Amino acid sequence: MPIFGLFGRKNKSSAAAARERLQILISHERQNRLGPDFLPDLQREILDVVKKYVAVRDDQVSIRIDREGDASVLELNVTLPEN
Amino acid sequence: MAIVVTVTSGKGGVGKTTSSAAIAAGLAQAGHRTVVIDFDVGLRNLDLVMGVERRVVFDFVSVISGEASLYQALIQDKRLERLSILAASQTKDKDALTEDGVGQVIEQLSDMGFEYIVCDSPAGIERGATMALHFADHAVIVTNPEVSSVRDSDRILGILQSKSKRAEEGGRVNEHLLITRYDPVRVDQGEMLSKEDVCDILAVELIGVVPESKAVLKASNTGFPVILDAESDAGMAYSDAVARFLGEDRPLRFVTPKKQGLLSRILSGGD
Repeated sequence: MPIFGLFGRKNKSSAAAARERLQILISHERQNRLGPDFLPDLQREILDVVKKYVAVRDDQVSIRIDREGDASVLELNVTLPEN
Repeated sequence: MAIVVTVTSGKGGVGKTTSSAAIAAGLAQAGHRTVVIDFDVGLRNLDLVMGVERRVVFDFVSVISGEASLYQALIQDKRLERLSILAASQTKDKDALTEDGVGQVIEQLSDMGFEYIVCDSPAGIERGATMALHFADHAVIVTNPEVSSVRDSDRILGILQSKSKRAEEGGRVNEHLLITRYDPVRVDQGEMLSKEDVCDILAVELIGVVPESKAVLKASNTGFPVILDAESDAGMAYSDAVARFLGEDRPLRFVTPKKQGLLSRILSGGD
């Protein structure tokens, strides 16, 4: 519809959507990349300690670091088996 | 010591080889002895884009494995006396590129008096790509204004900042962003990421913007670096980028839509 194009339509552009999606995705991916490299070791050692007392599988422990403002939060989740 | 410039992107098809050929030819035109190396072992194409495909006898891998000397493998460009090409192997495995082997070839090229070594990286983040960026002093990140290309460029930046020799030694590779296949009309209409968007997201200094151009296909069809087509928009954009790389201050060209008459706008349609 060339005629409409002449008068500059301004709905939300797809480029703006691309920019938003990329900003969110890339900041997330950078955070993972820049996370401290001791995380895998920490996760393994914590798992070993937990295993001494409870029978858990490797995939039942998750560990992550989030940044909130100027502080980092270490989050550790252990799914304990029932009984 | 020669300066190693790696042309990389992560994503395929964004214009790495076109850009490598143009940048290498531009550096040679500016008077610097330059060699351009194809790191895409198994899928070589730089030879074709440079128009030397019938002159390849020995290649990068045959030098690393000791089958041939660098003197035998280097192909002297017929248009630019300061430019040489080192082709990739068509048959060998990409694991043939070892860190020691690549390092030795770069050192030898340096000893031969080359000032710039342009490394044309393959797509992806596997061996060929990581070897191409390992020895980089400078990296030219070729990016299309398109989501997957921008994301992959960011990934490559992460690898440059962790796995390159400079990073391992506590330093940093000089990063330059080269946006290619840019269409100012579509940017204006909100259909394409703008150069500002891409720069903001990647946080890398912009070295050039190459417009989507018919000249690029015409150049590769006939086997000459598009920068030698001095009349073309893409050729001029690459010349500007190389001049900026060498420290010159040049304004961006071809980043705003050409003024169109009312009649041609109606005839060409809005989309």
